[in-house]
This record gives sequence, structure tokens and C-alpha cells, in this order.
Amino acid sequence: MSDKITFMIDGVEVQAQPGQTIMVAADAAGIYIPRLCAHKDLAPFGSCRVCTVLVNGRPQSACTQPAAEGIMVENNTKKMTKMRANLIEMLLVEGNHYCPYCEKSGNCELQALAYRFGVMVPKYPFMFPNRDVDASHPDILIDRNRCVLCARCVRASRDLDGKNVFQFVGRGPEKRVEVNANARLADTNADVTDKAVDICPVGALLRKRVGFEVPIGKRLYDSKPIGSDIEAQKGA
Amino acid sequence: MGKPKVATTSLCGCFGCHMSLLDIDDRILKLIELVDFDKSPIDDIKEFSGRCAIGLVEGGCCNEENVKVLQSFRKNCDILILVGECAMTGGIPAMRNTIPLKECLEEAYINGPTVHNPSGKIPNDPEIPLLLNKVYPCQDVVKIDYYLPGCPPPADTIWQALVALLTDEPVELPYELIKYD
Ligand code: SF4
Ligand code: SF4
Ligand code: FES
Repeated sequence: MSDKITFMIDGVEVQAQPGQTIMVAADAAGIYIPRLCAHKDLAPFGSCRVCTVLVNGRPQSACTQPAAEGIMVENNTKKMTKMRANLIEMLLVEGNHYCPYCEKSGNCELQALAYRFGVMVPKYPFMFPNRDVDASHPDILIDRNRCVLCARCVRASRDLDGKNVFQFVGRGPEKRVEVNANARLADTNADVTDKAVDICPVGALLRKRVGFEVPIGKRLYDSKPIGSDIEAQKGA
Repeated sequence: MGKPKVATTSLCGCFGCHMSLLDIDDRILKLIELVDFDKSPIDDIKEFSGRCAIGLVEGGCCNEENVKVLQSFRKNCDILILVGECAMTGGIPAMRNTIPLKECLEEAYINGPTVHNPSGKIPNDPEIPLLLNKVYPCQDVVKIDYYLPGCPPPADTIWQALVALLTDEPVELPYELIKYD
């Protein structure tokens, strides 16, 4: 079809529909571009920059940047992987991430990205920030120690659940996810069946009483790196 | 004689990482063919008897004694390896890092719901190592050469890393062995 866009990712020819982002086109071609804030059911947000690729040599976030005819995209190169690993390491030291007792461990996208990039330990000093937990709701809890400010919950509650339970408050290091109520999560109309609850990539928004249900070895990223599902599409 | 020496220590850890080292099972016999153990809880040698090729450190630094031991490991070992999450992130003991030390001690010795302490005093004997204001990852205190993450790192991780170092091969762990839990 003539309205198809053709461009290159790491020397491989990829096709896109007009208006598609680089990430969506790459997914369809079985090329994994690492990501954290992007989610297939949500509009792109472009906050984490983990998906940064070089488009004709310039850094762009692949989850927001539309594919264009003839562009040259650098994705899976040493330089980009290093940069992404640095971003992941900064996110790890900026919060309080103790994977050994985190319910999300093994199913966590932040941790899985660190595994995929071979991060043994962040090279930056841990900041040990003081952050709040809101466990007031009978079925859901917010642990801000692990929040990466991806806004998936904000977008999902607003766009998928039609509720607007979550919102960001503050700026810079003070920025945090808050609830749409005077006080606590329990005072909102959040419900455990909300799409927003399961969409958190990390262990910041959790269902209660299901932690550690899946045994070690059987969890999402125990044996296969994050992105393997997309890469398995290649040539399919 | 002539075998490289290995020293190990548990700082602010639970000895789980040492248990994981013992979990290499009968490969421990092969390990003893390859190395001699120096200062280590495994053979109960308390002081360094000479230069060590490899030092394995479990646990982070929560008190001044931990810092001194860690510094002596750096001084006496050619290669220093952190074993397990507590050594490289502070781990579970670092939960106290967001609470002022005074509050932690008051909760533990005075205000806690199960505390029985008629004297109402917080222990302060000079024999007890002084607590640091927070728990420090070891790489914040001395230079570290290798990191083996996990809680604890699987026996295979420790084994593969040790064998690689002792045979001059690069330490490269497969995906399944890089885990933080
Ligand atoms: S949210 Fe992820 S990275 Fe953070 S502690 Fe939990 S498993 Fe580890
Ligand atoms: S709670 Fe989870 S989904 Fe919401 S912003 Fe934080 S990390 Fe993202
Ligand atoms: S995935 Fe693109 S910026 Fe987060």
C-alpha cells in the first residue's frame, strides 16, 4: 500500500501506518524498544525516557515520536543500552527499592529492565527518601517508596476507569502520586476491579492479600527477559 | 601452600548469604582444593593471617565495627566482592534509614509494645559497637570490585563467580542468575 511509511531501526527496514509511533511500529515488527511509562492500553505520556532512541542522530522518546518516511532509528546499540541502564539506576536509587521484600518482585517492570540491562547494583548512591504509604483502602495500597511517577495509574483511572482517582502533586523531588480525596485512598471511589490497580509497573500500587502468590521461578521475568514476548513476534 | 586464600565476613546481614555459599553442596570439596579459607566464620579464624586473593562480604554497615571490618577486608584482599542485597543496598536493616536513630532505639528499648525494660534505659555499654546514623551500603564505604546480587545470591551464582575469578575467566552471569530477591 502506498500510504505505508518505511523507515529503518538499527539497519532493519520497518513499516508503519501514518500516525503510528516508532514504538508501535517497532512492536509490530518484533523489535523491542525498552519502556516503562508506556502501556499498550494507554495514550503515550513520555515521562520516563527509557524508550529514548536516536532519530537521525537526535534523542527522541519512541513512545511519543511518530514514525516518518526514511528516518534512521538507533535502538539496540551499546550507547543507548548504557543510557537506559543509567536511567533505570537513577530510578532505583531515587526511591526505596528493597526487592527482597517487595510483593512485585519477579513481576516488576523496573526490576526486569535492570535485569535485562545486566545491572548488578546502581552506580549512584542510594538516596533513602522519606515517603508515605497509604494502606487505608480495604483492598488496595499505595507504597510511594516504589513509585516511579509513570502516571499509568493516573491515565488508567481517568481514561479506562472514568474515575480520576489518582493525580500528581508537587514538583521535582517533592512530586508524588496523590488521591482525589481530602485524605486517603479509602475516601476515594477506587475499587479493586479498577484497571488502574493492576497497571502499575512497579510495587507502588498493589492489591492486598495476593502478594507472593506466584512462587519464585514461575514469575513473569524469572527466566525470560522483559520484551521477549515482543521479540518472539519477529518474522511471525 | 601456594593456594589462594579466601576470607569471608557477615556484617549487618543474617548469615543467609553464608548459608548460600554452603549450599554449593559437595562442590565445597572442590573449592577447598582450589583455595584456603582465611578469616571467616566458616573456619572461625578471627584475624587475617596474610594477604587474601578474594574477600566475600555479606551485609551492609550499620555500626562502627562493621566499618572497621570492611576496611580491614579492603586492606587485606586483592578482590573484594559484595555478596547479597544487604551488602549493596543496605537491605532489610536499611528500613530504618528513613527513621531517626533516636526514634528507632526508643521504639526498640522503651516504647515498643512488647518491651520489658524496667530501667527504661537504652543500652550504652562501651562493649557494644556504636550504631551509625543509618545503614550504609558497603560500596559507600570502600571500593568494591564485584557485586553478586540476590537475597541470598543462589549457590550457583557464588560458585560461578568464584571459579571464574580463580581461573582468570571473566565473571559473566547468565540472565537467570541476576536476581535481586
Ligand atoms: S518495585 Fe520493583 S524494583 Fe522496586 S522494590 Fe519492588 S520489585 Fe524491586
Ligand atoms: S503508583 Fe505506580 S502507576 Fe502510579 S505513578 Fe506510581 S509507579 Fe506509576
Ligand atoms: S516509555 Fe517512552 S518515555 Fe516512558
